[in-house]
Amino acid sequence: MPNALKHTLFIALPVLVIFAVLPGVYQNHLLLFNFVIFLILAQGVNIIYGFTGYLPFGYVGFFGAGAYGFAVVVMHLHAPGVPAVLAAGVAGVVVGLLLTPLLRLSGAYFAIANLAASLAVLHLIANPALESITRGPYGVSLSATFNPTSAYAAGLVVLALTLGAVVYLKNSRFGLALQAVREDAVSASMAGVNVVRMRVIAWLVSALVAGLAGGVYAWYVSVFYPDNVFSGDFSIFAIVFALFGGVASITGPIVGVIILYGIYNLIGFTTPQYFQLIYGLLIMGLVLFLPAGLVSLATRRGWHVP
Amino acid sequence: MSPESAPILSVSKLVKRFGGFYALDGLSFHVSSGEILGLVGPNGSGKTTAINVISGLYAPDGGEVVLEGASIGGVASHKLVHRGINRTFQVPKPFLSLTVRQNVEVALAYGGAASAPALADLLDEYRLAEVADRPAADLNNAQQKMLDLVRALATRPRLLLLDELAAGLNPAELDWIAERIKTLAQSGIAIIVVEHLMGFIEHITDRVIVLNAGKEIFDGKLAVAVKVPQVIEVFLGGEHAA
Ligand SMILES: Nc1ncnc2c1ncn2[C@@H]1O[C@H](COP(=O)(O)OP(=O)(O)O)[C@@H](O)[C@H]1O
Ligand SMILES: [Mg+2]
Repeated sequence: MPNALKHTLFIALPVLVIFAVLPGVYQNHLLLFNFVIFLILAQGVNIIYGFTGYLPFGYVGFFGAGAYGFAVVVMHLHAPGVPAVLAAGVAGVVVGLLLTPLLRLSGAYFAIANLAASLAVLHLIANPALESITRGPYGVSLSATFNPTSAYAAGLVVLALTLGAVVYLKNSRFGLALQAVREDAVSASMAGVNVVRMRVIAWLVSALVAGLAGGVYAWYVSVFYPDNVFSGDFSIFAIVFALFGGVASITGPIVGVIILYGIYNLIGFTTPQYFQLIYGLLIMGLVLFLPAGLVSLATRRGWHVP
Repeated sequence: MSPESAPILSVSKLVKRFGGFYALDGLSFHVSSGEILGLVGPNGSGKTTAINVISGLYAPDGGEVVLEGASIGGVASHKLVHRGINRTFQVPKPFLSLTVRQNVEVALAYGGAASAPALADLLDEYRLAEVADRPAADLNNAQQKMLDLVRALATRPRLLLLDELAAGLNPAELDWIAERIKTLAQSGIAIIVVEHLMGFIEHITDRVIVLNAGKEIFDGKLAVAVKVPQVIEVFLGGEHAA
């Protein structure tokens, strides 16, 4: 069986089936939905960081742009949910295109510039002068499309597409070339790889993923303010989850989200007073002792983890 | 072995500046298919810079690089690879976390070679078969240099630039790689070899260019070069060139 098929059948499909079935047996649908959103975002971070090495500290910029892309077409064009989610994807890609010059930066400079760019998008959208288009700082209320069940289903579809993209990257020459660019851009060009084009494609795919996720999120919650959908927590969580599990793999970000977001909710419910402390220590320990993520525990033993 | 054909590459009055410093200062030379040209000179004389400009890493600040009649100064590296230029690096630059096999697969897939060589043969020929599934980071320096070379060969270059490929090899390995380089030239590849080991250069090259401070001070047989006072002074007068 080809690896891509194996990875689809034994990794992507089970995740999708589990999250399709869980709402029938578990009451807290919002929590399940948040898991789906973070699975998408962590894989989106995986696409850009794991496969090209750019750390997107401002990843939420695409997500927020997607949420507002959704809101704008719902409010002004009275679009139904599904086309509005597509518009959200377009919004993410447009922001991604505008930010392609950032790809000239490297390391911390890129991360900081990306963070700044996400704040710029936030302040543009939250600007009172744009009230007639975005409702500015006053937030949006999208009662016309309110339908958490459909939004959840749309989230699963976006998750399926995202997992499909990562399975493709993990098993294709294209994904291999991206990793070559991440390892050494000069050498990649001497292998004949068009480095700039590869980086832009990965960047836009990860922007698309986050934009779609933002649209699905807007559909689900239906009432939100700029600060909600541009919260830096989305970027930080997605990055931490992906790194914790291990990037450049399919399973790493999934494991990262399930464990860390699981613990996050457990500690948050049971001992909120210690929450920040425990969570912070856990993350620090991991960065110090397992910088390549949980999957590296297995890789070090010579097991191949897809 | 001395070719009669028109040069595959000619470089004329090439200039490359870093700030106000001239790393290449009017360099001119040419090389033909099947020829092995030595590029020698003391440390800092501009050998690596010349290779970097020819392989598209740097755009020249003046002069011309002509490949098979077409000017290629400033053309992006990956395009030059598709047009038949490839190289190795003085400090080898493999994709460290990818396996040896994957390193070569990238070049086979993206190198644009009409008929790409067989991966297994390449790894065999350059003594990398046993480490094919190890990450490139596990290789020693000499093996990483061979991996650089194999990656270059996977793109079927017609002009190959070797930057101190032999440095650090033991005598048996030197003989072996010398034979391999000669075989590559016999297959029609034009090869520019940067090396400090004069015995090695003497053994494999048809002709050498001696560089000093970004300028060419000699073009001809190494046996002649070593009798030219200016060349002797450059090598013995300045810092020792290994
Ligand atoms: N990227 C660079 N930036 C600044 N100076 C450089 C750069 N590359 C090379 N140089 C300088 O150019 C000169 C020639 O370097 P190089 O071509 O590496 O010499 P060689 O390979 O002959 O030892 C040296 O003085 C070196 O310091
Ligand atoms: Mg050098």
